[in-house]
Amino acid sequence: MSIFRALMEKPWMVEGVIDDVYGVDHKSLPTAKFGLRVFLVVATVVFSLIVVTYFERMLVPDWRALQIPLVLWPNTALLILSSIALQWARVSADRGRLDGVKSGLLLGGVFAFAFLVGQLLAWRQLIDLGYFVATNPANAFFYLITALHGLHLLGGLVAWARTSAKVRRGVALDRLRLSVELCAIYWHFLLVIWLILFGLLWFT
Amino acid sequence: MTSITPAQAELISPAEVEDVELYHPKTWVTKYVFSQDAKVIAIQYSCTAIGIGLVALVLSWLIRLQLGFPDSFDFISPSDYYQFITMHGMIMVIYLLTALFLGGFGNYLIPLMVGARDMVFPYVNMLSYWIYLLAVLVLVASWFVPGGPTGAGWTLYPPQAILSGTPGSDAGIILMLVSLALFIIGFTMGGLNYVTTVLQARTRGMTLMRMPLTIWGIFTATVLALLAFPALFVAAVMMTLDSMLGTSFFMPSIVEMNEYLEYGGGSPILFQHLFWFFGHPEVYIVALPAFGIVSDLLSVHSRRHIFGYRMMVWAIVGIGALSFVVWAHHMYVSGMNPWFGFFFATTTLIIAVPTAIKVYNWTLTLWHGNIRLTLPMLFALAFIVTFLNGGITGLFLGNVVVDVPLSDTMFVVAHFHMVMGVAPILVIFGAIYHWFPLITGRMMNQAMGQFHFWVTFIGAYVIFLPIHYLGFLGVPRRYFEMGDTSFIPESVASLNAFVTVAALIVGFAQLVFMYNLFWSASKGKVAERNPWQATTLEWQTPEMPPAHGNFGETLPVVYRWAYEYGAPGYDEDFVPQNQPPIGASAETGGDGVPDGAAQPAK
Repeated sequence: MSIFRALMEKPWMVEGVIDDVYGVDHKSLPTAKFGLRVFLVVATVVFSLIVVTYFERMLVPDWRALQIPLVLWPNTALLILSSIALQWARVSADRGRLDGVKSGLLLGGVFAFAFLVGQLLAWRQLIDLGYFVATNPANAFFYLITALHGLHLLGGLVAWARTSAKVRRGVALDRLRLSVELCAIYWHFLLVIWLILFGLLWFT
Repeated sequence: MTSITPAQAELISPAEVEDVELYHPKTWVTKYVFSQDAKVIAIQYSCTAIGIGLVALVLSWLIRLQLGFPDSFDFISPSDYYQFITMHGMIMVIYLLTALFLGGFGNYLIPLMVGARDMVFPYVNMLSYWIYLLAVLVLVASWFVPGGPTGAGWTLYPPQAILSGTPGSDAGIILMLVSLALFIIGFTMGGLNYVTTVLQARTRGMTLMRMPLTIWGIFTATVLALLAFPALFVAAVMMTLDSMLGTSFFMPSIVEMNEYLEYGGGSPILFQHLFWFFGHPEVYIVALPAFGIVSDLLSVHSRRHIFGYRMMVWAIVGIGALSFVVWAHHMYVSGMNPWFGFFFATTTLIIAVPTAIKVYNWTLTLWHGNIRLTLPMLFALAFIVTFLNGGITGLFLGNVVVDVPLSDTMFVVAHFHMVMGVAPILVIFGAIYHWFPLITGRMMNQAMGQFHFWVTFIGAYVIFLPIHYLGFLGVPRRYFEMGDTSFIPESVASLNAFVTVAALIVGFAQLVFMYNLFWSASKGKVAERNPWQATTLEWQTPEMPPAHGNFGETLPVVYRWAYEYGAPGYDEDFVPQNQPPIGASAETGGDGVPDGAAQPAK
């Protein structure tokens, strides 16, 4: 791998301008995209640790399986639609179709909001059934997982709102492309995380 | 040495280092308060960290007063004492050392040393500082809530951290956890910047292996922090829920005051795993920047290239990777499977290999060097000795059979104070004396500096060597007073009094240092350009202190590594990284930029 070759370089041997012929090619990737990737790694660590602690906690005899609110199914569908809509916006941006970007962004945001409302409904249902945060460990994890995931999505919606504002201001498509792409990547990430967490809640 | 002639350089396609669009502050507030300039943010970070660090210093005096002269001070109750040790530990590790190395030195040095105009996400960088400040304020606020700050020990182990017997178990612990969560969010914002700037914004010619070791240390430490802090974040969130909403993530069924509490089934050991999965890398989050900085200080002040540069880089990366598989050596007495302990003892001892490589290489760097015993050099040399000292006691504690009897004794306290307290702080002092002329344009006062160095260096040993001995005698850590304990000889009391007096003297020397900082900033001798004759880019800026945008009209081009000292054929004994090779310099017209180098206009 090129990173190993870069680390084998003997810097005291060569004098003169040398470009980064191997190693991390810092021109091919936009800085913001790189920064987003670093953030996704950090977020992955957070969610992985939650999953690990979940499994660990399941081993204790007082564990009771969770009563999953059925509304999570339509919610999952909403999140998938939201991701698809943003992917549509991203592809449209690549192909230079502004109307596609506009509708993709709009739909993506609406579906994401609907997902968050749906998650709150799921909380409402559990509370009505008498399952509070401290009622049993599985419920505590359910609230924690959905809250953390929801907060990440809310953060994404801030980025989405800024991108949408740029669209409304009539910023040129060339300068929008990266923002739209970053939103789409983040949405796909949160979708994958949600599918894993939902699977975890469903199957255990 | 092979040189690439200008003609050959033309064959290499010019790298397009895009010049960034800098944010230009227009008002006083955006220039000095809500600033997006990494240098200003660095100073804000440093001042806040040192400010809260002074609180931790005063706490250490109070701790020592109680240990040295028990029953003498009415204003220190057992609860106060627990609060003092908890806050002293947490402030030193997180809010001072982590923040100062990464937020302070990281922000100041990364853009300058890699040849960038600023961090890549200046706005996020600014947010990072303000969230850090908020975290510090929340921490300070815990002194002013009913019950005071938490006294759970800096490890905050549940269940005791949130049970009523512990000081600050209602509001204090929650503020502590919230403050930690805020710190982590703020740090993540900064960390994204440090990593991305190092990997994406290096100037032309600055390959990874031409970076000064300071940058390698800070960079690797940031990666560790980004991967390790989430564990503390998750633990803090879960414990907040346990404390506020009565969940049982970490709380087992427990009887308090003859009453069953609502908790049940949670695992305190799980918290320990999460805490130390963060806590051990944290040691290296503090140590790796120190390793990097000290390498550069030794090289510059002994006029000698660093010995085994590649090994040094590999060792930094190797130590970083290994630091994630040693965490349970903090938990040998938690009732773990012996094989588990065996595994972690092995990994712990393996980490000594890259660390020893570094110590050898620092020493070998000095060999045949032209050593200048400047203040930064004195601190760097003191670091080598101190780190070796603290590291070797770590080898004792890494072995399960030796650790079990020493666990929770003063020996542990002495070990970690030497290795991750005194040693990194010596580097911080050295680094401040070294870069103070760059930051302020003035040299620090020599006389006060010499006094500060000798008192701090000798004092640290006078304080901590006896504490090792106390540990051997079996004196436990975290005890308010020993009273008439049968196995504690009376000499312990006089030794403790001696240590306290030494600690107060060393503490006074730190006040002299603080005075020196302020005095020299306005009245110090005006520094000449590049006063230490260093090769790295931060000293080659057109103005000193570096102005907004760091490098004037054009970004520097890097022609060599950062350790070209005593190279033949040059007038001076050092060659800056951005000075063209001898063959090329004739063609540049004296502006330092060869014709072949494509330089984008600002």
